[in-house]
Amino acid sequence: MKTVRAHGVKGMLKRALAVVMAGTMVLSMAACGSEAEPAAESGSATVKIGGIGPLTGSAAVYGNAVYHGAQIAVDEINAKDPNFQFELNFQDDENDAEKAVNAYQKLKDWGVQLLLGTVTTTPCVAVSAETFADRVFELTPSASSTDVTKGKDNVFQLCFTDPNQGTTAAKYLVDNNLGEKIAVIYNNADAYSTGIYNAFTAELKKSGKDVVYTGTFSSDDNADFSVQLTGAQSAGADLVFMPIYYTPASMILAQASKMNYAPTFFGVDGMDGILAMEGFNKDLAENLMLMTPFNPWSKDEKVAAFVKTYEEKYGETPNQFAADAYDVVYAFYAACQAKGVTAETPASDACEAFVEYFTTEAKFDGLTGKGMTWGTNGEVSKDPVVCVIQGGIYVDR
Amino acid sequence: MNTLMKMTKSNMNQYKRSALWSYGITIAGFVIVSIMVSAGLISNSLQGQLVPICAYISLAVSLNLVVGISGELSLGHAGFMAIGAFSGVIAATLFQSLPFLWVKLVIAILVGGLFAGVAGVIIGVPVLRLRGDYLAIVTLAFGEIIRNVLNVIYVGLDEKGLQVSTSMDGIHLSEQGSMILNGPMGATGVTKLSTFFAGFLLVMFTLFVVLNLINSKHGRAIMAMRDNRIAAESVGLSATNFKMTAFVTGAILAGMAGALFALNYSTVAPVKFNFNTSIFILVFVVLGGIGNITGSIISAAVLTILPEALRQFSDYRMLTYAIVLIIVMLATNNPQLKALTAAASKQFKAKFSRTRVYKRPQKADEEMGGTK
Repeated sequence: MKTVRAHGVKGMLKRALAVVMAGTMVLSMAACGSEAEPAAESGSATVKIGGIGPLTGSAAVYGNAVYHGAQIAVDEINAKDPNFQFELNFQDDENDAEKAVNAYQKLKDWGVQLLLGTVTTTPCVAVSAETFADRVFELTPSASSTDVTKGKDNVFQLCFTDPNQGTTAAKYLVDNNLGEKIAVIYNNADAYSTGIYNAFTAELKKSGKDVVYTGTFSSDDNADFSVQLTGAQSAGADLVFMPIYYTPASMILAQASKMNYAPTFFGVDGMDGILAMEGFNKDLAENLMLMTPFNPWSKDEKVAAFVKTYEEKYGETPNQFAADAYDVVYAFYAACQAKGVTAETPASDACEAFVEYFTTEAKFDGLTGKGMTWGTNGEVSKDPVVCVIQGGIYVDR
Repeated sequence: MNTLMKMTKSNMNQYKRSALWSYGITIAGFVIVSIMVSAGLISNSLQGQLVPICAYISLAVSLNLVVGISGELSLGHAGFMAIGAFSGVIAATLFQSLPFLWVKLVIAILVGGLFAGVAGVIIGVPVLRLRGDYLAIVTLAFGEIIRNVLNVIYVGLDEKGLQVSTSMDGIHLSEQGSMILNGPMGATGVTKLSTFFAGFLLVMFTLFVVLNLINSKHGRAIMAMRDNRIAAESVGLSATNFKMTAFVTGAILAGMAGALFALNYSTVAPVKFNFNTSIFILVFVVLGGIGNITGSIISAAVLTILPEALRQFSDYRMLTYAIVLIIVMLATNNPQLKALTAAASKQFKAKFSRTRVYKRPQKADEEMGGTK
């Protein structure tokens, strides 16, 4: 008995020691970290923009695009306007609601005035409840669910909502008579995909058309699509609507081409980025149609300049997430100018001023749309653009 | 007979000491943090994590009951947490017209525990017939099944009552109705009910249940079953019964913690309760010491705060987190450090009381042999 007791004491001490060790590690590292952190870049007072998005994990592509796009806009504005300086602090949320709220609390400690984000939907719903309670203005570049803005006057979106995309896509297909028999393949374990799918089918029903085949998959099993494609083919579908992200879509395209099944494939904004995918044969995407607010091959001067800077800095063609984030920062800039928001303005005052600005006078021209306006529900109104991929670039339709 | 009495007595004392440590750390933590909060000494970042920390402590302690005390490696704890989370959210929405916040919270937590407990029984019956690795794999599978089922559950509420379906089309709500669960989107627009105080009470409740169970006749039977199943069965103990007791109790407590966790956020999605979360909780248990309740409390708290405290590292954050985990593991198993702590323990022995490790005796003996 005695020996066991002695072990108990040791075990306890062992653990106490472990905790102390961990504690000192954290503290010493935290100290290093804060030293290494760059001091306020300009020296003068800056308006603090906080950003939240997935920089690691499976959705890191989107978070990093937003981060990079926003950083370019911040750098441009800081270089252009000596009297006005932005500072961007972008935090990782790993596409997780809990982590996103933690990241937001961290930004609050930092003194965030305006929030850019969050990038993905579920974390954004969690964070927007916090910003609503704290009165911090939030404009998300890419969280597209209606739940993000529902009941919160301080949260605005720069992207289309999911139902809006589904409805617009259905209308577009019907108006342009694109498919006689329409099949849908979507991810039923994903909020974005289901949101678009539900609105799409509802709108299609209204116009008297029906979906001949619906194939589903989930985020866990997205390697083999032969079942879904065979289903669509045997139902005689001549158009396959894919409200999904580009990674599974690329596999669908590859497998369909192997099966010699060549319907019209129609994607939404999640399809954007497919051409930049490593190891993807661009020929497969020939004639793929997609709805996207941003065309990096557009002739537009501003777009060309942005794409050039982005490519120089990060070595890849920007996708719409980057463009959306760039627009968010410029929209912040425009609002700051209009409402006289400076580094001294408390976050809650900036919030009220911004809400007033965005719901009344804002008419914003950006990379992802001209003459954007916002409703009191926080949803943006801009024209959707349908592009078709030809010769490895997007061509406006 | 006399020696047996003595042993039981000293066992009792050890139990009391270890229980006191667990309660003491929890109460001290709560009091210190509460004072710091009211004095404004605590950052938003830490303050925002108080409720999740309480939930994770409850989860770690309840998993320790299954893994450490009952000796069955369960890899599906997040599944029970998920059931508690979603049933708790539905209950909170159903009873949203009740007057007091805490009444709704208590109802939600109880409902969460109840549903998770029912799931624990349903899953426990087939699972606990297995042993070792097989049991671990099947609990993993059930955890995933729960999450995938939640992915296709749609629940709506209107004045006629609840509607449940496996697809959006199956729900026909009136104008006033609203969706509570939305398949993969989970629940959105949840009213936040959880408070730090409620979290503290839940941790205390969890400790009370687990520590008392361990020290009861049932608890000793559970540990006997863990240490030598054949011997235990030979004296007439029913393996399934006692293992079920631990498993279902663990499930109920996990469900309650899940409800507390979910009601701390305005949204909760099934994807949160994936395999990673199960492992995350298991890491708390392993790092805190399998079978050691106080250790679970400390490690759950420290390891929840740690990733946030490492935010300065930006890109290297999760790498640093992993390194810290490895260092802690190595440090606690280092023979030199063990010798150091043994020396220090001699000095402490006279002054401080001890915590008891509910470990397999066989293992403990091995370790004793190594350090003697």
